[in-house]
Amino acid sequence: MKPLLPAFSLRDTAAADRSFPSAAARPALIAFVKEDCPTCGIVLPLLDAFALTYGGGIDVFLIGQTQEGNARLMQRHRLASPLLDDSRLKVSFAYDIDMVPAVFVADRDGREIERRMGFDRGEWQTVDASLALLAGRARAPIDWNALPEWRPGCGSLSVDPRYADRLRAEAENSPLRARKIEIAPDDDEVEFMFDQGFTDGLPVVPPTPERVIRMLAGTRRDPQSLVAVVPPNMGEATVEKVAINAVMAGCKPEYLPVVIAALEAVCTDAFNVHGVMATTMGASPVVVVNGPIRHRIGMNMKIGALGQGTRANASIGRALRLAIRNIGGARPGGTERSTLGNPMKFTMCFAEWEERSHWPPLHVERGFAPSDSVVTIYGMTGGPSLIVDQTSRTAGQLAGSIAQCMESIHHPKAHMMSDALLVVCPEHVDTLATEGYTKADLRRRIQDVTSRPLRELVSDERSGVGMSAEKAKTLSAEALDRRMPKFSSDDMIHIVVAGSDAGKFSGLFHGWVGGEIGSQPVSRLIDPT
Amino acid sequence: MTTILDPTDEREPVARQLSPRTGTIAGTVAFLDISKPRGNVLLDRLEEQFKQRVPGIDVVRYSKPTFTKPAPEALRQEIRSKSDFVVEALAD
Repeated sequence: MKPLLPAFSLRDTAAADRSFPSAAARPALIAFVKEDCPTCGIVLPLLDAFALTYGGGIDVFLIGQTQEGNARLMQRHRLASPLLDDSRLKVSFAYDIDMVPAVFVADRDGREIERRMGFDRGEWQTVDASLALLAGRARAPIDWNALPEWRPGCGSLSVDPRYADRLRAEAENSPLRARKIEIAPDDDEVEFMFDQGFTDGLPVVPPTPERVIRMLAGTRRDPQSLVAVVPPNMGEATVEKVAINAVMAGCKPEYLPVVIAALEAVCTDAFNVHGVMATTMGASPVVVVNGPIRHRIGMNMKIGALGQGTRANASIGRALRLAIRNIGGARPGGTERSTLGNPMKFTMCFAEWEERSHWPPLHVERGFAPSDSVVTIYGMTGGPSLIVDQTSRTAGQLAGSIAQCMESIHHPKAHMMSDALLVVCPEHVDTLATEGYTKADLRRRIQDVTSRPLRELVSDERSGVGMSAEKAKTLSAEALDRRMPKFSSDDMIHIVVAGSDAGKFSGLFHGWVGGEIGSQPVSRLIDPT
Repeated sequence: MTTILDPTDEREPVARQLSPRTGTIAGTVAFLDISKPRGNVLLDRLEEQFKQRVPGIDVVRYSKPTFTKPAPEALRQEIRSKSDFVVEALAD
């Protein structure tokens, strides 16, 4: 059995409200037209004739898609039957028409008997016959031979890109479920968003239903599927909620899968975003993207990769932070207790320039295939701080310089405390490549150069940082001579490649509390939508 | 009029109620060390003071595995079920 046609109630050009199905429970003709469609101009006199001839036995609904257009059509064709106003396009959308003219014939139960799009003389004669039968009237007086055999229809306004997203958002089967907030006409939308506390201190794009619908086109995932439960409030981040925050951050739909994967990654026990956000040390997620998606969505991995100027880098990192803020409830002064804060809390996201180094890229090192697109998140307290070495010519010298700079993380005497993300610039990569330095070689060198006898890491008059003098007194001379590297293990040193071809300046992100007791890096496969 | 979609988790913050203040301390007092440096020193001094000023109470010491994460659910339940009061040492 054919499905019921959608019910509607519209006002006509004579200011009368008309509803389908009508109380009379009669068969019906429902036709959609728009003013600037030449084929609609051809069929309107036919439709008017149908209404005059069969109107006593069936309901006839002639629906126009713009108010002004309806008025002009009434005048131009001297129509006897009023046109119904569907300028909101909701009925056109509900009937799922993509072209006009479109005609539907319904039986007395409101079930579809026939539907025709455009104009085909033979088809319309069939419609005419059906209507005559349903109405119990003689055929309408139409000179069919005077009409063209065939004319194409025009696009329905309900599929016009200018309106389609709004219609999808407003439809009864809309995928949107988030609470709708009305902003009064006198209120400035951007100011309103500030007042509600939805922003990071910079203006955000108002997440209107149309924009969120467009953002959701970036993923195949169900808008109501759960991405993550976000601390500290344990807020449920559905795909829709992530999309809302992505709109606010300025993302394009094709960035959404990266934001989703990033949020999944931070909301793990290993990453511990609760602690990362709450710590007075002021940590924040640093997002590194690997794999083919870098090129597809235009991520910057070269000149100025860690700075501003690239929409994908800037807005993906910002969307993640806004989601943590808005869905998780981590706000400065609330559960976010950073003493100083840092600019990474606005955004910090970049891609690795995999092709520029002789090393396996980060995601391959972490167990993924080169063809996978992967996001990896680090909880970092500072950076990028610069490692300036323009004069080392051997790999050993350069790796030694990098090590010396890395020893400053948190405090030169703070050993075995943290992890670090090292961003090696292309010119430094070249120097390291001359001796075939592997990532493992670099890590070993860093550990070797930063190793200090324990006695140098004891609290003293110059600085109270380090092992307490009392504790040191209890240790043997041999124990105090034992050398301690900066990092508790080589895998606390994370290495990626990015930056422009010019400049011997690598970058260093300083970690927070590394390892299981703090935050560990987490990688997630990006859904290849 | 512009409509926007709520970017938050849509949960109004729950106003938490304080436990009733009885004016006296008795029974078991849990001392929770969140494992930040010197939290134990603070709790040691407090424990001395408690035992001096409120004789007859039992003090039970607990500690979180790491200060960077919320206390595990099992630890929270144990403290809740076995204690009448909790003193938490927060920071350095």
